Amino acid sequence: MSKISIIFDRVRAEEKMLQKEAESLGYDTTSIDAKTTRFSTESKKSDYDFGNVVLERCVSYYRGLHFTACLEFLGIPVINTFEVANNCGNKMLTSLLLSKNKVPTPKTYFSFSAEAARENLDKVGYPLVIKPIIGSWGRSVLPLKDKDTVDALFEIREYTDGPHDRIFYLQEMVKRPPRDLRAIIVGDEVVAAMYRKSSGFKTNIALGADAELCKITKEIEDLCLKASKAVGGGILGIDMMEDEKRGLVVHEVNNTVEFKGLAKVATKNIPKTMVEFAVNSVRK
Amino acid sequence: MNCPDCDGNINVPADASVGEIVSCPDCGADFEIAKKGGSIELKQAETVGEDWGE
Repeated sequence: MSKISIIFDRVRAEEKMLQKEAESLGYDTTSIDAKTTRFSTESKKSDYDFGNVVLERCVSYYRGLHFTACLEFLGIPVINTFEVANNCGNKMLTSLLLSKNKVPTPKTYFSFSAEAARENLDKVGYPLVIKPIIGSWGRSVLPLKDKDTVDALFEIREYTDGPHDRIFYLQEMVKRPPRDLRAIIVGDEVVAAMYRKSSGFKTNIALGADAELCKITKEIEDLCLKASKAVGGGILGIDMMEDEKRGLVVHEVNNTVEFKGLAKVATKNIPKTMVEFAVNSVRK
Repeated sequence: MNCPDCDGNINVPADASVGEIVSCPDCGADFEIAKKGGSIELKQAETVGEDWGE
């Protein structure tokens, strides 16, 4: 019988659903708190009981990423892999991979100083959207519509001067309806999709956007498969916008995808599909 | 259980698991359900970090 471990740092509805489905499928299931687990360079796989496969579900990106590195050091299969988590956790890496693999994505401009970012803005023109390369739930994603806003924001960045503040990620503001799309892909299967509607600029459910089930069209399916392949595959949340001219474009790929709301309305059992994928991935 | 901050009464559901967050109805503070030895305790919940999310 397969044994599956769910790594958490805060138990949300998603982690409870995964545990419940894994147990229903008859798998020996353990939830493990990342905050109380220790590793060392001397650690061995036999020192732990993580089972056959691990689902990494930390809400803290860096905690989950580094925990995954330790698990892979021990030779324990993790969903998602370190490489995938790293590719998705960093918006710049995601954008580069999407573009490199010819996945339609908004035009995005990178620079590594405020001065060079201003030059990008002067060359491309307003409006653009600035995003932190690491971060979720729409935090610090801001529209840049004029020079005064840019001056204020860049000045704040100079004072805060975090390591990521020196990397300027500027993205075109896609002309779209007041919504975007989120699809959940598990391996090669797009299991559910929803529109996220908002009257404001941001469409994050965490910020109060309304969710509405979306039919999975062939276009959505093909695009999700391409985007997933571009970052390395696994269990992912693909965010898309409906560009007026180009059709669907992928703007983000999420590593530790949240699905609480979508699970309530989706026709497929999302957590069950995730657990089956994880177990099957190590059987191959 | 009693709130470590204000001594208010926090109702921990019977099916709650370690790692879940409960809030004090009196003062609003958030606590994480933790296990120490064989017993359950409440510890201060982490605040939302810059890297939190999907």
